[in-house]
Amino acid sequence: MNKSDKISGAEAVIRCLIEEDVNLIYGYPGGAIMPIYDELYKFQDKLNHVLTRHEQGATHAAQGYARVSGKVGVVTATSGPGATNLVTGIADAQIDSTPMVCITGQVASHLLGSDAFQETDIIGISTPVTKWNCQITKAVDIPKIIAKAFYIAKSGRPGPVLIDITKDAQFEMMNFKYEKCKSIRSYKPMPDYSLKDINSAVSLINSAKKPLIVWGQGVILGNAENEFKEFIEKTGIPAAWTILGLSALPTEHPLNVGMVGMHGNYGPNVLTNQCDLLIAIGMRFDDRVTGNLETYAKQAKIIHLEIDPAEVNKNVDVDIAVLGNVKKTLPLITKNVTKNSHKDWLSKFQSYYKVEYEKVIKDDIHPSKHGLTMGEVVREINEASNGNAIIVTDVGQHQMVACRYASFKQSKSNVTSGGLGTMGFALPAALGAKMGAPKREVVAIIGDGGYQMTIQELGTIFQTGSAVKIVVLNNEYLGMVRQWQQMFFEKRYASTEMINPDFVAIAKGYYIDAKKVDKRKELKSSVKKMLNSKKPYFLEVKVEKEANVFPMIPSGASVSDVRLE
Amino acid sequence: MSKNINTYTISIYTENNIGLLNRISAIFLKRHINIESLTTSPSEIDNIFRFVIVVSISEQNIKRIIKQIEKQIEVIAAFFHTDKETIYLETALYKVKSKSLFDEKHIQKIIKESQANIVTVSPNYFVIEKTGWRNETEKLYHSLEPYGLLQFVRSGRISVSKEPMNISNILGLNTDK
Ligand SMILES: Cc1ncc(C[n+]2csc(CCOP(=O)(O)OP(=O)(O)O)c2C)c(N)n1
Ligand SMILES: [Mg+2]
Repeated sequence: MNKSDKISGAEAVIRCLIEEDVNLIYGYPGGAIMPIYDELYKFQDKLNHVLTRHEQGATHAAQGYARVSGKVGVVTATSGPGATNLVTGIADAQIDSTPMVCITGQVASHLLGSDAFQETDIIGISTPVTKWNCQITKAVDIPKIIAKAFYIAKSGRPGPVLIDITKDAQFEMMNFKYEKCKSIRSYKPMPDYSLKDINSAVSLINSAKKPLIVWGQGVILGNAENEFKEFIEKTGIPAAWTILGLSALPTEHPLNVGMVGMHGNYGPNVLTNQCDLLIAIGMRFDDRVTGNLETYAKQAKIIHLEIDPAEVNKNVDVDIAVLGNVKKTLPLITKNVTKNSHKDWLSKFQSYYKVEYEKVIKDDIHPSKHGLTMGEVVREINEASNGNAIIVTDVGQHQMVACRYASFKQSKSNVTSGGLGTMGFALPAALGAKMGAPKREVVAIIGDGGYQMTIQELGTIFQTGSAVKIVVLNNEYLGMVRQWQQMFFEKRYASTEMINPDFVAIAKGYYIDAKKVDKRKELKSSVKKMLNSKKPYFLEVKVEKEANVFPMIPSGASVSDVRLE
Repeated sequence: MSKNINTYTISIYTENNIGLLNRISAIFLKRHINIESLTTSPSEIDNIFRFVIVVSISEQNIKRIIKQIEKQIEVIAAFFHTDKETIYLETALYKVKSKSLFDEKHIQKIIKESQANIVTVSPNYFVIEKTGWRNETEKLYHSLEPYGLLQFVRSGRISVSKEPMNISNILGLNTDK
């Protein structure tokens, strides 16, 4: 390479992204990242940059994109406030294991530590919420570090990585050469499993009379949906999901017994404390799943199939841990287990379901009362989309209702903020999901509270023309908090009631077709009309103000003390 | 959880990286665990660094913490040991007025008996060094205190394990005999 072949650090960043097959970035420009944006301008035929209306929106859009496509979401932002605005999305991606690479601009290296304009220690700030982060002050380091960033973000248990590049490094000239990162000596993304553990798991499974599977996102992240299905079909074991595991197995599968956890189904929660073997697959025993740990599945032997060794024995002590990607380990178990069915045991789940249906579900999805319910809206969406839509949810009552009642036929169809519970997630995440799976119908189901946290992303949806379908379930409350106030704080509704704006007018202000429904007889046709639209569409549904989500395990209670009312 | 709190020495082998100290201390911060001492230095292997951290926690917690530390990308391996399983020392420096060295005969006896060394003597002050266990450096502190300590400083713990850590095997370096 002679001198004239040199390129700037900023151009190197873009070339690295292209080498990593990135064709879509979400971001927001500013002073410290302008050299990179200048290169984005030059490379716009290869790299589509989507300008969100807030950096937090960029992170959630990248997350939605990553969750449905399995690819790494990429975000760019400027230093200072641009970088700090990323933090919520990064923390969300960390706790929900979403592969993401964030690139931030930084003040020039000679100014580091001088409290220069828009200088902020984003490395220090992001350290506890990133899988890895690194600051670059010399252009020559760019290819190596970006290669490492992508490798770390997507390998093993995925997660977010932040790369902070000083402005002088973006201007500096360098010789470009790119090599993908294939290993890092101090990092072992895939832990070893032992055949001994596989065999012990097999014999526990063979001898179990009342086994229960609880699966999580590990099945989806490992692309192990088929291996998982083969395993449960051979063993005949009832299988329940955590909120992030949702859609890995079709809703209608006879062994799918529903959701575990705080607002999960009656049967799997109660029977967690009756099973003789609990098989946890790619999940991490979050407290929203386990309730009180002192009384969680104490009678059962526990097998944990898990890629992250730090999750083993973290919350629940297990009898056998099978480390590694479940795509590899599950077939080894399936091969050696005896074919079985657990008809009587499975029928227990069905009888609990009947109780739950009579006491809760029927009135949720086929209400006889006057007001519209969140459950019936979800049922209408199921029917009109034939269960083929990607459902993106925000955080609150509508999230629990949507995840409980949405029906799915294929995997990677549920996008929600699970571990962090980030209000404001859904609208930008739905945009990302639509761009990650453009052929699929994407329906965002959002509460009136969370919607207003990132409502400005309507601008991005309009500008990109992404045909996202937005449903706001308007109860004029921060509903989930209000429910807790009703149940545990004697109805002292402290700051949970909202006087809302004219949501339809706002959507129309962004040139998005919009409609409001407050009568049952208009619901079905309105949902149909929304789904038939080829453009973005906004539907506000006025639902009952003070409805509650059940079943519910009050926090600190045992899973078997799940309440139906 | 106050069950079975023990003192553990954590030894961490790492790549050399600017942000790593922050990353490791954040693991303790997040769990509200007090770090009693922390030292970092080059290790026996080129370009590989070693952290030695002392904490008092339960066995269950130390195991979880070790896994969280090992999860960090640039950590090669982390180990934990009880006091019985390690050889460990700390070094303390005591700065005392020179006047007392000449006026108080007793001080010389203290230094001798505690097997401390005089590192430096100047007209105004002199400096004593003592390497040993915490109770030894502390004992010397209390003995010298009446004579007026101008300054006192104690290092973090340094420690080697009795059993091999096999770090070169982990790295595939094969330098361990
Ligand atoms: C950023 C953020 N702030 C606060 C909360 C706490 N929180 C959880 S659910 C909820 C209410 C959500 O209200 P809304 O979006 O209207 O949904 P609903 O529960 O009414 O369906 C709140 C405030 C949160 N999860 N995220
Ligand atoms: Mg609401």
